[in-house]
Amino acid sequence: MDQILPSVSKTIEIDSHTINFGPQHPAAHGVLRLILEMDGEVVTRADPHIGLLHRGTEKLIEYKSYMQAVPYFDRLDYVSPLACEYAFALATEKLLGITAPERAQWIRVIFAELTRVLNHLLSLASFALDCGALTPGLWGYEEREKLLEFHEAASGARFHANYFRPGGVAKDLPAGMEAELTAWCGEFPKFIDKLETLLTGNRIWKQRVVDIGVISAKDALAWGFSGPNLRACGVAWDLRRAQPYDKYAEVEFDIPVGLRGDCYDRYLVRIAEMRESVKIVSQALTKIQPGPVKVQDPKFTPPKRAEMKHSMEALIHHFKLYTEGYHVPAGATYTVVEAPKGEFGVYLVADGTNRPYRCKIRSTGFSHLQTLDKLSRGHMLADVVAIIGSLDFVFGEIDR
Amino acid sequence: MMAFFDTDIGFVILTLLKSLALIVPLLIGVAYLTYAERKVMGAIQLRKGPNVVGPFGLAQPFADALKMMFKETIIPAGSDRILFMMAPMITFGLAVVAWAVIPVNDHWAIANINVGILYLLAISSLGVYGIIIAGWASNSKYAFLGALRSAAQMVSYEVSMGFVIVTVLICVGSLNLNDIVMAQRHVWFAIPLFPMFVIFFISGLAETNRAPFDLAEGETEIVAGFFVEYSAMSFALFFLGEYANMILISATTTILFLGGWLSPIPLAPFTWVPGVVWFLLKLFACLFTFIWVRATFPRYRYDQLMALGWKVFLPLSLGYLVLVAGVLEVFGWLPNA
Repeated sequence: MDQILPSVSKTIEIDSHTINFGPQHPAAHGVLRLILEMDGEVVTRADPHIGLLHRGTEKLIEYKSYMQAVPYFDRLDYVSPLACEYAFALATEKLLGITAPERAQWIRVIFAELTRVLNHLLSLASFALDCGALTPGLWGYEEREKLLEFHEAASGARFHANYFRPGGVAKDLPAGMEAELTAWCGEFPKFIDKLETLLTGNRIWKQRVVDIGVISAKDALAWGFSGPNLRACGVAWDLRRAQPYDKYAEVEFDIPVGLRGDCYDRYLVRIAEMRESVKIVSQALTKIQPGPVKVQDPKFTPPKRAEMKHSMEALIHHFKLYTEGYHVPAGATYTVVEAPKGEFGVYLVADGTNRPYRCKIRSTGFSHLQTLDKLSRGHMLADVVAIIGSLDFVFGEIDR
Repeated sequence: MMAFFDTDIGFVILTLLKSLALIVPLLIGVAYLTYAERKVMGAIQLRKGPNVVGPFGLAQPFADALKMMFKETIIPAGSDRILFMMAPMITFGLAVVAWAVIPVNDHWAIANINVGILYLLAISSLGVYGIIIAGWASNSKYAFLGALRSAAQMVSYEVSMGFVIVTVLICVGSLNLNDIVMAQRHVWFAIPLFPMFVIFFISGLAETNRAPFDLAEGETEIVAGFFVEYSAMSFALFFLGEYANMILISATTTILFLGGWLSPIPLAPFTWVPGVVWFLLKLFACLFTFIWVRATFPRYRYDQLMALGWKVFLPLSLGYLVLVAGVLEVFGWLPNA
């Protein structure tokens, strides 16, 4: 029993250094603070720190009426603001038991897809920029500008549109915009081809991203992946197909999937998704009919200004809507949309008052960010940058 | 007057004047290279580039220079002050010194020495010291990583560059840059030695830490690499050094492969054009390619860069060297044989 263990002297060689990557770093995509434990150029541990952009959005929303809450969603994922508004609008509509009119639903589909293109353009542009390719970034910005002009024409704001409201959209499309959008649908695929000539077949680009940050479909699901990052692993999961909302059931589109789940697949999936978005927009443009863009109920939709001049009732409705807002019957809902970055969800608890009791936001990037350590271990410093770029983080929504 | 220049003092004065005549246009060239880079990249990236200061933004380089001069030079608390200040001087000094042997026309060089190409090789090898010292003296991790990367990179690419130069030399039979150009009277070396020309140009990109080999700076990885801690004029000197090196490598490429100041077609209307003009045109073409490459390609990763240097360029250049030597020997084309 009394075994005498040989005395073991074990030397542990600690030869690593830590690098404080961010929060001020060109590739930190905002305010990611990443503590990297390095062995020379090789990463042995990556420890992401979040919260540097925490603004207490969820709590703020609890103190605002439902209509006032919408602009906060613009400021979550500020690269694709409308997708965030979309989730909140749908959640509130579900609790109120109202449905937006047909035209509003089509407009929302169109703009949700434009937002997807906006997001993917910036995502791919900054991904390429992180890997040292300067030009795709600027080209992407040029195209984004055209889309932001659509945003501006429709909503009056380039970024923080505040356009999708519970019960429809803020206002109808300006005259002639449908024709402009149709023209854009013809032009944009050519731009994607041009962008691809710079990257897709580029040997340096492929050397930098193929087989970097590989994650299997099983692991991706276990870590809570969604959106293009999940589809890059070969899982054809898309909420627009799995549980269609608004008019998504009436449009045809393909769900691009990857094979290996590496950075290159994530890049290719995003490129393909932009093409699909164009398809959806052009289908929507053929199917959209004139009609109201807000739910036709004075309890939720402010009256026309002209009407207020002679109708006492309209004036009262206006006053009530803009002071108190509408009351939402007690209930809870978890409503998700397929945001450009993945599953963006709003868990909304209403207690019958004019303000949400609780508004929990499920951000897409959070679950992607938590895999950063798993994905970047054993890779080099430059690969970490590529992985961050390919996973497409925006800290507005991660930190909330 | 000529007698005065033959005296010792006269010779020194003459050399100083010659140096001045070279350095001033060189610095202006560097300034306008930054302008050209911004304009060319602007055109590629669908934007305008500098267009505010002066007509077409032509005064922009001087505005930048003024800004740099009036900024405060910050020396980090943990740094080695003397080395920290020395590093940019070394980098810039070496970038300028190398120009002493570059002939821009027949016998137009400050020093037409018979080991010109060796001198160039030696000076460009020394360039790595500026970078290593900068990375070391900054006492910053990013700078240190940048310096390590740069040292490894420049050493490995110099090897294949050396073989390329040797290949050219056995075709010429002289180390004198003037002779190297004159040996291309009939055909530019870029044609028979095309693979070597490509290797030399790509190694040149690596040697000057330019994209896609700008790992030492690695903007998105190690922020600015070895000069992350530098500001104001100390930063400007690195910047000037980098661009002067670009021009130098382009000049070397022109001399070794593109026939220096010789006209592309040795016929009457073309030979009337002064050699300097041809030299400059070829130089511009090389520099334009430098900028074009930067706007087009992503950055290599550190290990891939090493693999390219040691596993591709080295065997290739060595093999071609043996081939060229063999061909010259078999056909009895060796010069001075």
